[in-house]
Amino acid sequence: MADISQQSPGLSPAGQTILQHYRSQVMTRRVYTILVVIGVIVALVAAMSYANSANSGKFFERLPFMFDFIKNFTPRDPLEIFRAMFGVASPYFDGSAKYDYTSSNIYLTDSFYIPNFIYQLIVTVNIAVVSTIIGGAIGFCLCFFAATNLVGAGPVRWVVRRIMEVMRAFPEIVIAGLLTAVLSIGPIAAIAAVSLHTIGALGKLFFEVVENADMKPDEGLKSVGASWLERVRYAIVPQVMPNFVSYGLLRLEINVRASTIIGAVGGGGIGEVFRLSIGRDYAAQTYAIIILLLVTIIAIDQFSGWLRRRLVGDGNFNFGKASV
Amino acid sequence: MSAISAAERTRLEQKFPEVFKTSFLKRHGLIVALLATAAYLVFCWFFFNVGPALQNGKWDRASIYVQDWYSWRAQPRLRFGDDGVVTPQWSSRGQYPADATIDWLTPHADGSMTATFGSAADRLDITTRQVDVYLNGEVWPVTITADAALAPEGGPAAIQQDRQKVVVDFGFEGQAEIRANQVAVQRRFFGWANFLYDPTSPLWGNDLFSSIGLMLSGDRVNPDMSNAQYVLNQWLGNKAWQHADILVKLFQTLVMAFVGTLLATLIAFPLAFIAARTITPSGAANWGMKRFFDFIRSVDMLIWALFFTRGFGPGPIPGIAAIFLTDTGALGKVYAEALENVDDKQREGMKSVGASPMAVNRYGVVPQVLPVFVSQSLYFWESNTRSATVIGAVGAGGIGLKLLESMGTNSDWDKVAYMVLLILLVVFLFDNMSNAIRSRLIGSNT
Repeated sequence: MADISQQSPGLSPAGQTILQHYRSQVMTRRVYTILVVIGVIVALVAAMSYANSANSGKFFERLPFMFDFIKNFTPRDPLEIFRAMFGVASPYFDGSAKYDYTSSNIYLTDSFYIPNFIYQLIVTVNIAVVSTIIGGAIGFCLCFFAATNLVGAGPVRWVVRRIMEVMRAFPEIVIAGLLTAVLSIGPIAAIAAVSLHTIGALGKLFFEVVENADMKPDEGLKSVGASWLERVRYAIVPQVMPNFVSYGLLRLEINVRASTIIGAVGGGGIGEVFRLSIGRDYAAQTYAIIILLLVTIIAIDQFSGWLRRRLVGDGNFNFGKASV
Repeated sequence: MSAISAAERTRLEQKFPEVFKTSFLKRHGLIVALLATAAYLVFCWFFFNVGPALQNGKWDRASIYVQDWYSWRAQPRLRFGDDGVVTPQWSSRGQYPADATIDWLTPHADGSMTATFGSAADRLDITTRQVDVYLNGEVWPVTITADAALAPEGGPAAIQQDRQKVVVDFGFEGQAEIRANQVAVQRRFFGWANFLYDPTSPLWGNDLFSSIGLMLSGDRVNPDMSNAQYVLNQWLGNKAWQHADILVKLFQTLVMAFVGTLLATLIAFPLAFIAARTITPSGAANWGMKRFFDFIRSVDMLIWALFFTRGFGPGPIPGIAAIFLTDTGALGKVYAEALENVDDKQREGMKSVGASPMAVNRYGVVPQVLPVFVSQSLYFWESNTRSATVIGAVGAGGIGLKLLESMGTNSDWDKVAYMVLLILLVVFLFDNMSNAIRSRLIGSNT
């Protein structure tokens, strides 16, 4: 590309000036690009060396241990993973918790039981679904008060938006920790923590959708003297509902992951079981949980993707996906 | 509403059947969905045992914890000596230096002591034989016997006999437990105790303004360093609030998010070109790379974090690794989708002048997608600043672990509030920063 500027066969004086300007602009641009790249690289290297020095084990010292850990972290035989997954007694059972896959199973009748890990997984998924419903419902109610086209740019919008921002940014573990201290360990803390974050995150996406809604139905209703509530109900809600549901489903995908993590810090469910089993070197149980989680997450992602495609079509399928 | 004749009505119904005879789902879909959701929530109420859990909750503690966020308690035990002298005994968490004069706790020459709760009308006059409780100016004497404290007859509800001890409630100002051998006082104050300097510091007792004054004044307190540095050192070295430690941990969390997202961006960038159908014409490579993205994206961040914590030990490295791996998958997927949607004309133009495949991508594709890529990475950076906190709590270190430790003690809620404020501040700062960069890159309409 730059070659073109080197040869300037018989340009007029005006053309020469233009060429000169072009060259100098290309130069400045390059200098800036190089400076930014150097800056990013310096920051990255500095941050990485800082992270390395702050870690309790240094990266290259611990790397062999990491490989050893992966190598040694294998179940006695591959079937063990599935025995752990489905709560079947292990032939290696020696009284220790490592090979005890049966005692935590939930018996519904004398012979029919839900394996412990699958039960914990159900708990986690239910936490995610409930928090998405609660967060979505409250976010739905709040979003109309944050949209400029419905309440104007006054103090109401400002207050509601700030409330949403704080809910989004508030560290989830603090809510979970506070409720755990009051209610003891259990799913309620996780539900509250995830719901609160969901209100903020969905509320923001929702009001952006509302602000992009077509205002002609609203004008029509206004002209026949409809109240604010009626206008929202009949002019705005029917337009935005497919997008709202689509965002809600996206949030569900994120919340399944979030409720696993919150589970590990005191919310119960599969996250906590996983933290314990990997911490105690129970290889078969750990792999069983990893497989279960992976399958569940992929299944939920696929299901919600299929549902969203049906709801809003391919066109705005990925719209806003990254803005969690 | 004007009436419509019956004939007109049938005519309308026949003319617009799609309006008057819709399917069941269309007419009652909303109600059915709401009922199903309500039924599901009721099921979860029992599934999660919400009712009993809420009943068994320690709600009295909850209010104390929440009050601890914005206020602090001084908790001396006023012990009764054999010689009739009342002496305060402070716990290791003492908020006052050893010989400080405390304005709400005044010893008297005869060995007795007065503890004031807000005003002179609410106070305790403590001797070893009798404690006079003043509530709104009224005096209620509590007598001390050899093995019990006895509340006066007909006292108000704020004074309660609890077996051998008497509990006096002064509301927000605090409470006192009067026993046979001591009075345990809890005096609550608004604000954070010793936020600037701990009691062992020579600067204890200075407030923000006097500290700034000290920084600006000429005389050196410590001849080895400037006053500004001295004040800063004393503040950072505050043992009660551990400012230095908290700031370092916060920085670690930020480093985790920054390095994790940046590395993920750098790796996902070339891989996305392999995954994009329009760029790499090999179906097998596209499919393989996309499934690879799906896989590392779907393995939960928690799993990666715990896995690497086992390998590398607690610290920022497991956090970086977890964020890096999940985000490589997520960013790779988003990038590949953006690459598949590029305008083909620019590539054709490059091809038509005989450019090499590398040059076609460099000048025909990258300029189109770069703003989108950068803006997506910034989104991920923002959200990773938040998730790095949670990841830290499961063992990757940083401010998350610090939060979890502080909450575990159940008495450091003021410190938790301080960290929450710091996190909120940082998240808002980063949000605005990345918003500014994004709007410069792809126009203000983001």
